[in-house]
Amino acid sequence: MLLRGFADAIMMRAQQAIAEGPSQGYLPPYHYDQIFSAHGTIMIIFVAMPFFIGLMNIAVPLQIGARDVAFPFMNAISLWLTVISAALVMVSLGVGDFSHAGWTGYPPLSETQYSPGPGVDYWIWSLQLGGIGTLMTGINFFVTIVKMRAPGMTYMKLPVFTWAIFVTTALIMMAFPVLTVTLALLTLDRYLGMHFFTNSLGGNLMMFPNLFWIWGHPEVYIVILPAFGMFSEVVATFSQKRLFGYHSMIYASIAIGVLSFAVWLHHFFTMGAGADVNAFFGIATMIIAVPTGVKIFNWLFTMYRGRVQFTTPVLWTLAFIVTFTIGGMTGVLMSVPAADFVLHNSEFLVAHFHNMLIPGALFGYFAGYAYWFPKAFGFRLDEKWGKRAFWAWAIGFLVAFMPLYALGFMGMPRRLSHYDNPAWQPYLEVAAVGAVIIFVGIICQAVQLVVSIKNREALRDVTGDAWNGHTLEWAVASPPPFYNFAEIPVVHDLDAFTDMKEKGIAYQRPAKYHDIHMPKNTPAGFVIGMFAFAFGFAMVWHIWWLALVGALGMLVTLIVRSANDDVDYYVPAAEVERIENEHHRQLANADATREDAEPAPYFVHQV
Amino acid sequence: MQHAHADTSGASHGTLKSYLTGFVLSIVLTVIPFGLVMNGTLPRSFIIAGIFLAAVVQILVHMHYFLHLDTSSEQRWNVMAMAYTVLIIAILVGGSIWIMYNTHIRMMDDSLMAGTPAAATASASRNAAMPDMAGMDSH
Repeated sequence: MLLRGFADAIMMRAQQAIAEGPSQGYLPPYHYDQIFSAHGTIMIIFVAMPFFIGLMNIAVPLQIGARDVAFPFMNAISLWLTVISAALVMVSLGVGDFSHAGWTGYPPLSETQYSPGPGVDYWIWSLQLGGIGTLMTGINFFVTIVKMRAPGMTYMKLPVFTWAIFVTTALIMMAFPVLTVTLALLTLDRYLGMHFFTNSLGGNLMMFPNLFWIWGHPEVYIVILPAFGMFSEVVATFSQKRLFGYHSMIYASIAIGVLSFAVWLHHFFTMGAGADVNAFFGIATMIIAVPTGVKIFNWLFTMYRGRVQFTTPVLWTLAFIVTFTIGGMTGVLMSVPAADFVLHNSEFLVAHFHNMLIPGALFGYFAGYAYWFPKAFGFRLDEKWGKRAFWAWAIGFLVAFMPLYALGFMGMPRRLSHYDNPAWQPYLEVAAVGAVIIFVGIICQAVQLVVSIKNREALRDVTGDAWNGHTLEWAVASPPPFYNFAEIPVVHDLDAFTDMKEKGIAYQRPAKYHDIHMPKNTPAGFVIGMFAFAFGFAMVWHIWWLALVGALGMLVTLIVRSANDDVDYYVPAAEVERIENEHHRQLANADATREDAEPAPYFVHQV
Repeated sequence: MQHAHADTSGASHGTLKSYLTGFVLSIVLTVIPFGLVMNGTLPRSFIIAGIFLAAVVQILVHMHYFLHLDTSSEQRWNVMAMAYTVLIIAILVGGSIWIMYNTHIRMMDDSLMAGTPAAATASASRNAAMPDMAGMDSH
């Protein structure tokens, strides 16, 4: 989906680079509007969300010493709901069209009167079904972290990434129901002729931006907080130090978790609320920059006097710290309502939020991707191509978005498919070049993956501890056995695995292996996903019989599956022993061959 | 420690007596607002306040007797989650009402402005500007 979202982006940049004065560009306005709507929806809901949720599925249970998530079956439903809602967006390419009302879908434009076609309905149902999947993921991981931590792991010994996810899931549980309800109200307007957001008959279209951003602002932090957690893990691991200011990091996350619900009006300062309302939300917005700043200093102090290894994840982190600070400052600038009246809906805003989300979220996910890839697949990613991808992305990002700040000050509004000001064109051409450089970065990432798979034997992580890590996920083999831990570890320290390595009890084998209780695989999640797809597609096209089949299918599958008591089994101790023996044999080999060349895997540089 | 699944320790399950107490209290708290409306002799503002109060108390009864929230150590996490939820909902609902009310005032929506000081000044200035409309403005 990153490729699809990026294809939309580069089409827009190309259009804006050429569509000046007499030239109309190659995209008619209606098509152009669909492209920017799809770009926003896809990048937030189908790139950012699945990317970090995937990484947290890999890392969180391992970090807390759990064998699985709290509700494995619900996790499957979440996954398939995400897949099918992304599929709905893709189907809209060929069948019908997509929304032209922007990714925010404000009424009255998104109401039937102005958007009679199926486009807005595609947008509604893909967001609605995907949102419900995300909500279930949020519940799942919150319960997992509360209930399934290893013995001894108190909240203040929780790895910092897991803490970030903990706050994120709390935000998901509070924010996503608002999206569900808002979309449901718009659905009622569109399908049953109700008047929640219409201009007449008692409707209030200003309620929509209000409700949408009650979800939308926390959503920004939902995608950024996990990236903060990834940066924290990466910085601490590759500086070969303990993270600086763990407690302040946690309290900063919690503060963001509360404050992010108190700033949503800054998305619509210009809607017409009074000076007192705007001032309140403006000041709240400035305050939320404080915990974020605390985090920046913590990362810097972690690197200070550390032995920083300049691996790809660290490069992503460094680029993030520099560029994100710029984005943060432009954000504080716009949090002044008077300044926002000048910059609202200008290219300055576009530059600002891309500056937050690309370095802030995406670079974090790329760092996390390189960091946890060996854990998930058993071999490292190629460093050379990773660094090439990094440089292309970082430079491309700056070239593509810095001109937009200038354009904003020159008065260029966002979402223009055509303009008559020749002064803007050079900047837009530079921005288009930036998009091409980013594309080179994406190609490098594809090459990196292919090269890494080809050289997987040379890149193999035999010990399970690819980076001399601090936390429990590095204590098991790479890829981890399906039961994660043969014996649930007991935690005595924040950096639990470092603590074990220092005490010399890492890789210790239990006297005796036990049977392990595990959930069975089930096709029900997939089946529910398929019915949900049929339901969503049918609702978009008003095929009522198919919608009914889809809805009943989901319900019946759920009931049948819930009535099934045979959902778990035991892995016999002998099988566990066989898998663990294999891992320990590899460990012994690795020790023997690496003793002279490199430090042994349990050698620790602690400052 | 050999289970992949969450253990349920820490969750109390209540007794028949506590469930019955909660049930009876809920019924009483539902009957009161019905009674207030059916009776209909009390002032309107009193009835609305009564319905609101009974609803809030009923929420608390449900949380205590059915969801087993209390201040014991096993429940502290649930109570904290609850406090966070209440805080956020208060911010969201209060904030929304504040924002939407404020925008209405500034749009000079007469139905909302009636009786507020802002309404008095706004309508006075409008009446001054359009003297012949003055009579049509009051409803």
